[in-house]
Amino acid sequence: MAKIRGAVTVNSERCKGCNLCVVACPCDVLDLMKKEVNNRGYHFAYMAAPEKCIGCQSCALVCPDACIEVYRVVEK
Amino acid sequence: MENNDIIKIENRVYKKPSLLNDSHMHYCPGCSHGVVHKLVAEVIEELGLQEKAIGVSPVGCAVFAYNYIDIDWLEAAHGRATAMATAAKRLMPDKLVFTYQGDGDFAAIGTCESIHSCNRGESIAIIFINNAIYGMTGGQMAPTTLLGQKTATCPYGRRADLNGYPLSITPLLAQLDGTRYVTRQSVHTPANVRKTKAAIKKAFQNSMEGKGTSVVEVVSTCNTGWKLSPEKANQWMVDNMFAKYPLGDLKNVDAEKKD
Repeated sequence: MAKIRGAVTVNSERCKGCNLCVVACPCDVLDLMKKEVNNRGYHFAYMAAPEKCIGCQSCALVCPDACIEVYRVVEK
Repeated sequence: MENNDIIKIENRVYKKPSLLNDSHMHYCPGCSHGVVHKLVAEVIEELGLQEKAIGVSPVGCAVFAYNYIDIDWLEAAHGRATAMATAAKRLMPDKLVFTYQGDGDFAAIGTCESIHSCNRGESIAIIFINNAIYGMTGGQMAPTTLLGQKTATCPYGRRADLNGYPLSITPLLAQLDGTRYVTRQSVHTPANVRKTKAAIKKAFQNSMEGKGTSVVEVVSTCNTGWKLSPEKANQWMVDNMFAKYPLGDLKNVDAEKKD
């Protein structure tokens, strides 16, 4: 069966750590950095569990700062 | 398959719209304005109207909208965005003219202009962000503030006997003959974001086709003004705002004709 794999990139300097993408993700892929911050002092989002991502774009749609890009492939 | 194999340009399914500038947005983390800006940029890009779009930015949090979306902008005096958009559309009928206003601009100081522009049926699109508070000035009570809601100027909650009732202006506008499309949407979940995008697209198409006024109200959060985290603000909006401001199309002349 073909499996859909996804991945996201987060523009960590643009991210404000609002946590909305983490809440919107149906597969619990994203999380905020616990200690690391960007230049503005925000705990930016990152892929905590990259293997779970299905590329559904939910995180990117709700991101207020348009800092998430989504990639998707069908694995054969 | 490793992440690096997936992250390739040919696999990209979602990116920041190219009309959205790289400049850092001044909005608070989690503010709904950012999502709506993104949708406006996406829709203009999809319709190929970059050279034809004229936005009118308000006074309020969205006052710097002209820094973020790479189209032509006008900056109106407080509340007078629809009046300015009227002038722009009448002088250049082939342009896409839209206003982007908050509730302090559209439903408080600019109520007169808003109602009369809609009543005249000017072919402009109005994007109205309703977050039930004056966000930019520090969270004071707005006409749209809910009964019982605490703000800086009603710290014990809004009272009907003292402050009057919350103003739901979009159903008012739906009664006017000049409006073509009046809808109320929200951007708190991915599904609602998609619906709002479709609504904005329809509003912009109506403006281009000269069909009358389109109003897209977006029920939004102001997590700073409400003093909640972004996710709790979304939940508060679902629990409290939607009772007074239910989502859905209030008027759609095109759909009514089909029936």
